[in-house]
Amino acid sequence: MIATAYAIPSVLIFLTSAVLILAGAIGVITVKNPVHAALSLIATLFGVAVAFVAQSADFLAAVEIMVYAGAIVVLFLFVIMFLGVDRKEERGVEPFVGQRPLAAVGVAIIVAGLVALMASSHWVTGVTSASNPGVGLAKGTKNVQQLGSAVFTTYLFAFEATAALLIISVIGAVILARREQKAQ
Amino acid sequence: MNVPAAWYLVLAAVLFGIGAFGLLTRRSAIIMFMCIELMLNAVNLTFVTFSRTLSDIGGQADVFFVMVVAAAEVTVGLGIVVTIFRRRLSTSVDELSELKG
Repeated sequence: MIATAYAIPSVLIFLTSAVLILAGAIGVITVKNPVHAALSLIATLFGVAVAFVAQSADFLAAVEIMVYAGAIVVLFLFVIMFLGVDRKEERGVEPFVGQRPLAAVGVAIIVAGLVALMASSHWVTGVTSASNPGVGLAKGTKNVQQLGSAVFTTYLFAFEATAALLIISVIGAVILARREQKAQ
Repeated sequence: MNVPAAWYLVLAAVLFGIGAFGLLTRRSAIIMFMCIELMLNAVNLTFVTFSRTLSDIGGQADVFFVMVVAAAEVTVGLGIVVTIFRRRLSTSVDELSELKG
């Protein structure tokens, strides 16, 4: 039935990304070894990149792989191995009684609320952004062009602000990670 | 013919829920950062889905900025984790209870 309603490839792409995303996410929150959690995170990020490609966000898919799976996860792995915390954390003790069931109930309410909102409202047809070109989204190199002209015209101030943010965070990380020199 | 946008939105909602559950239940600060990344990616997926639905490049520009902020957040956050580990030899958030009332 699904195959007749939708072209098989796009359904297959969705299923691939869904399996990658959900398996990776469940892996992140269940495995005990932080290194394995980081590797599961990579699976999730690849799934998200697949979903991006399927929705004609080609540039963001490439950035997702390069920045997230390439840089951020490597940073996680570097810190895990630098600190040597790849031993198992103890998860038996619960500081709050019934923390896990309460968290499960709260998360279930949030997800059900989100899905109910999506099902009942028409916010998908809301007002478009200031950079809306009025033409359809382009794929491939055209997508890079489209996104680039939006970022460097409409969102130029925000783009410059991210440059300042990155400089500040790099300086902050260096200051945090530096060992304090003892006065002689 | 593409799959309906609602499928991707539900997938993003479930991913957000998994990330939130992990953030609430795990003890290691590093794993909690990974759960925050999961939640940010769920939001990114929602942005891209609405970008496709509305034929609007603005959603993709937002995802770009979310990625930059996520990178900055991980850099500073892991720096803090390293600093705490030097003092406490642990990354468990249960050990950091000085501010408890």
